[in-house]
Amino acid sequence: MSTAQLGALSTAMIYAAMAAYAVALVSFAIDISALGDRGPLHRRRRAAAVGMSTTVLAAVFHTAGVALRGLAAGRVPWANMYEFCLVFSLVAVLVFLAFSRGRDIRYLGSLVVGPALLALGLAVTVFFVAADGVQPALQSYWLVIHVSVATIAVGVLTVGAAFSVLQLLRARGDGGPQAERSAVPVGPGGGLAEVDAQVGEGAPVLVDSGALPVVTDPEPDGGGRARGALGGAIERIRQALPSAPELERLAYRLNAVGFVLWTFTLVAGAIWAEAAWGRYWGWDPKEVWTFVIWVVYAGYLHARGTRGWSGTRAAAFSLVGYGCILLNFFAVNLVLTGLHSYSGL
Amino acid sequence: MGQDDAARRDRHARRAAAAAVAVDAQPGRGPYRPAGLDDAFRAAGGPTEEPPVQPALGVVGWIRWVWRQLTSMRVALLLLMLLAVAALPGSLFPQRPQAPERVVRYLEDNPALGPWLDRLGFFDVYASVWFSAIYLLLFISLVGCILPRAAAHLRALRADPPRVPRSFDRFAVRAEAVVETTPDEARRAALRALRGRYRARVGEEDAPGGDVRTLTVRAERGYLRETGNLVFHLALVGVLVGVALGGLFGYRGQVLVIEGRGFANAVVAYDSFDAGVWFRDEALEPFTLALEQFGAEFDPLTLRPRDFAAAVTVTEAGEVERDAVIKVNSPLRVGGARIYLVGNGYAPTVTVRDGSGEVAFAGSVPFLPQDGVYTSRGVIKVPDVSAGGPQLGFVGFLLPTAVLDGQDARSVFPQPLNPVLVLTAYAGDLGLDDGVPQNVYELDTSAMGLVASDGVVDPRRPTDAEPLTLLLEPGQTVELPDGLGSITFDALPRFAALDLRHDPMIGAVLIFALLAIAGLGTSLFVPRRRMWVRLTPGPDGRTVVAAAALARGEDPGLRLDLDRVVDAVRLTSRENT
Repeated sequence: MSTAQLGALSTAMIYAAMAAYAVALVSFAIDISALGDRGPLHRRRRAAAVGMSTTVLAAVFHTAGVALRGLAAGRVPWANMYEFCLVFSLVAVLVFLAFSRGRDIRYLGSLVVGPALLALGLAVTVFFVAADGVQPALQSYWLVIHVSVATIAVGVLTVGAAFSVLQLLRARGDGGPQAERSAVPVGPGGGLAEVDAQVGEGAPVLVDSGALPVVTDPEPDGGGRARGALGGAIERIRQALPSAPELERLAYRLNAVGFVLWTFTLVAGAIWAEAAWGRYWGWDPKEVWTFVIWVVYAGYLHARGTRGWSGTRAAAFSLVGYGCILLNFFAVNLVLTGLHSYSGL
Repeated sequence: MGQDDAARRDRHARRAAAAAVAVDAQPGRGPYRPAGLDDAFRAAGGPTEEPPVQPALGVVGWIRWVWRQLTSMRVALLLLMLLAVAALPGSLFPQRPQAPERVVRYLEDNPALGPWLDRLGFFDVYASVWFSAIYLLLFISLVGCILPRAAAHLRALRADPPRVPRSFDRFAVRAEAVVETTPDEARRAALRALRGRYRARVGEEDAPGGDVRTLTVRAERGYLRETGNLVFHLALVGVLVGVALGGLFGYRGQVLVIEGRGFANAVVAYDSFDAGVWFRDEALEPFTLALEQFGAEFDPLTLRPRDFAAAVTVTEAGEVERDAVIKVNSPLRVGGARIYLVGNGYAPTVTVRDGSGEVAFAGSVPFLPQDGVYTSRGVIKVPDVSAGGPQLGFVGFLLPTAVLDGQDARSVFPQPLNPVLVLTAYAGDLGLDDGVPQNVYELDTSAMGLVASDGVVDPRRPTDAEPLTLLLEPGQTVELPDGLGSITFDALPRFAALDLRHDPMIGAVLIFALLAIAGLGTSLFVPRRRMWVRLTPGPDGRTVVAAAALARGEDPGLRLDLDRVVDAVRLTSRENT
């Protein structure tokens, strides 16, 4: 098969993946709204099952599309914005599927599949470029290392941010019986945070953790705040979600992994920059934003462990960090000029 | 005055005390700390562990208060966020170290706002007072936090695991069993199961009524978690120090080399040379480098560059000449420094004769590429004309593959398939004689007349006369009007822009960065767990086994660890019977 044919096949696979993601998104939305209508968890959720299987199908198409793209270009498929979009959304979906083994996180489906679909839509409409080789500055094995780890990090942090969104939704005005349960100490105090992370000490319920921040639910009577039919539905969806501390735990696990990957991205990028541009750090706009993202996620890890801070505030950090990632990807690539202008646009 | 001071001190004290209370207090709860949950980190001297500040604060007390604030997690977090925010302007405004010409343009475009931004350091954010203040405070805070923790961690490494709690009821992860062995045998089994993974200590307690004593095991693992955490933070300090020292001792020179020419490694040979304040000229090792040939490949369809390669010969002191190739991603190591290929372009060779027919200029002049098809802009200055004649200057473009389209000429391909020089000539005074350094890529035409087709236009009386556009192909000569002379386009060599850098700390910075990654991974993913086992003698020579385990945070492996120990005890019991 010729290069052009491979490229066309890759694009076709991406369109097939988008179709399947669209079906999955609708299914997950139906499932969520049914949670809102009929409430609790223990009935069969046919829509969610359809959502999961179509997501798996879409991931297969998606993977095939990425792989064919690599074959068509004769290099790793992550050298321009089109390909970053493809790969990071694939990683996000794969992380979601991997996390689904062993626990039911189907409630998260629409928050992962939705952004993935959006990313692919942007990729094929705005960022598309034909498969091609790379310019001299990218001819390095660091393209394989630095960029792949960066895209994996973004994929992982995408799912982490999705958990944080749900955590904020759940914690917002959490009331009733859930409040009791969610007042247990959770989460390992990450890194340096552990100095101040002694909140659990006075709590009478110490569930397998010694020195950890309490995820509190700041508005105990929030249940009454939801008004009207829509408000009621949202409230029921909210109640059907796992507790805020549980969501925070899952968000933390992903964000911690994402932070380590991001640190690696930063260091690997510096090593590559040293080889390609003759300096390991030069405050190029992309470097600035990578640094800012790193600092914000470092703040996230410390905020989790800061005494007296609720998990809600940590979640806000995680979302700010993810917002910076999106800005770094879109705004910095497209608006600011710098040495990282390889977007192929 | 004295009263004022006292009042001020009092205010500080109240504020400090309030701060301490606000951080420390759990409303309605005393400082109850269950047994076994006390933590080595608690001794680290965090701000909340000090007694409330006394009213008479004094200078020392005030400093202590500031220190405690600075090393508190809240302030560290605040500084982190400030650092993130303060770093942003550097990506939004042009920066002097990276793009001085864009700063100049910004200042021209924003005459009102620009100078203020300049004064506030927005065009060199990462060297500005405020940015430096933030990261220095952050690192002071970090060191102030990490050193006491390191000391506490060293003590914890030597100390025994925490005491066995009186009751295991509070622990979510616990197990109980009755086995057919003596407490002693059961304990040996438990210790075997823990060996290698936990640090374990044995103990004894009074059994409830009986001569046989209750045996206990206390164990802990995961000290590496805190070690990794400390390594990570100290490595960050190492990176900062390394970067700073590298800046002080390092140097960077930029030089533009045309094919067939070379340069010697000396400060004067460079077009621009920046060095740290502790750099000495002797640090430059002598060598010469010549650019033999520059190769460039482009994709014929997308016009994007495919490959750049500078073939050079290098001669180091006392060594024979050697050949080398510098590519974008593979710098050349020579004389303790590295030479990077950072740019390339064309340097047309021209010969200019003045009115009397003498060669006034002969040489290659770099033209800087302006776009992807190497439409290159350049200036040719001809100051050394025969006495009496006007100096000449040429401004214009080199089009590597020119397509002439009526009046317009443009380049359609970056390779020199049909090179054409498009020049406008000026005659008069170049302004070089007063000794003020000039930009070689700009022509100061304030005292020069535009050369039109019918002669030189007086610069003091601007007219709308059409400038004479000179089009030259290689080998071509064009006569200038008014007997000003002629210009010949002889050849079209390429040039390579080389960056020579030396940073003595680069290896150290790399090692610290890798240490930081390793420490970070360890601190986030090594589980820290504690386990206690109590073996109480029961009736009929049996033993009641009770065990509990505790982890830092969510830890799915904790239950497995506990089960492994209890199962090992059970197994021994079965073997015995």
